[in-house]
Amino acid sequence: MRYNEKELQALSRQPAEMAAELGMRGPKKGSVVKRRLVKLVVNFLFYFRTDEAEPIGALLLEHCRVTQEEPSGFSISFLEDPERKYHFECCSEEQCQEWMAALRRASYEFMRRSLIFYRNEIQKMTGKDPLEQFGISEEARFQLSSLKA
Amino acid sequence: MSAVAARVVLAFYATCDTPADNTGFLYKKGGRHAAYHRRWFVLRGNMLFYFEDAASREPVGVIILEGCTVELVEAAEEFAFAVRFAGSRARTYVLAAESQAAMEGWVKALSRASFDYLRLVVRELEQQLAAVRAGGGPPPARRPRALPSKENGCAVWSAETPAASVPVRANPGSRPGPEPPPLPPRRRASAPNGPLDSASFAQLHEWYGQEIRALRSQWLSSQAQP
Repeated sequence: MRYNEKELQALSRQPAEMAAELGMRGPKKGSVVKRRLVKLVVNFLFYFRTDEAEPIGALLLEHCRVTQEEPSGFSISFLEDPERKYHFECCSEEQCQEWMAALRRASYEFMRRSLIFYRNEIQKMTGKDPLEQFGISEEARFQLSSLKA
Repeated sequence: MSAVAARVVLAFYATCDTPADNTGFLYKKGGRHAAYHRRWFVLRGNMLFYFEDAASREPVGVIILEGCTVELVEAAEEFAFAVRFAGSRARTYVLAAESQAAMEGWVKALSRASFDYLRLVVRELEQQLAAVRAGGGPPPARRPRALPSKENGCAVWSAETPAASVPVRANPGSRPGPEPPPLPPRRRASAPNGPLDSASFAQLHEWYGQEIRALRSQWLSSQAQP
């Protein structure tokens, strides 16, 4: 599948929500832990060899599950393929919790639900739709009805 | 192809069960001197996938919609528009719809598809809600600035107002509707990896920043006590 590689690489150079050197182990059986620079930018998790400027991989953080793994690590797996896990090792429980919280909020779907929540609350309290000013109040993706029960 | 190509995990999103934000046939120009190919396009979040046809299981490709602008173009094809990225060797994708209405729908959808845009809107609403909950008065005035700070690639709206630190919590069980999102932690910037290729982000932020500032002052004046 083709993709706009240059833009993805440019994205990997943008200021990150979170960035740290973590231990990382890929989903293949028998893979070993390697030190990687891991960077969260919009809904992508990029990972770099620690001394390189170009990423060696990227995970799109949609439809994924972030699970704590003992002792102070977490894994990311995708709902379409739950057995394939990307493992990350943090240096402390605190760092681990920070990353897990950031990753769970990093999806487009999470942002969309947040928008719907705030819109609904503001509408209830003021009687006005705050999205009207942005000209996006009719968009299907922002309707309450689009949320799953 | 760089090493990244082999390890970009994103194809699953093309055919997952999340509803698409826009779908339809568009003509896609193959390259500068190439022909147009009719493809089935699926916009989901900030990803624009394209398939050979509507029944295909695997996408031909994807355009990641961060840091781009969408504009109308002069082209041999009617109803043409372009998705343009910044940068010296960046690609411009020329697409053509099959009607004026379809073209307008796509231009609107694509220009607001970025995660960055959505995040800006969410932050703005978060601020508005905090202000309304704090008693309906206008939030404290901001220092005017020419360009929103590009820390973390987004406008740092939250950093300056005390209202932003008011926790946004719903009383459990007392309100129907979606769960409140958790309060975001303080932002942190990474050390730069190299020269920031942020020209497109700067344009985007300035544009959205201006739009949001204008809308915000309209909203504030509409909220003012008589």
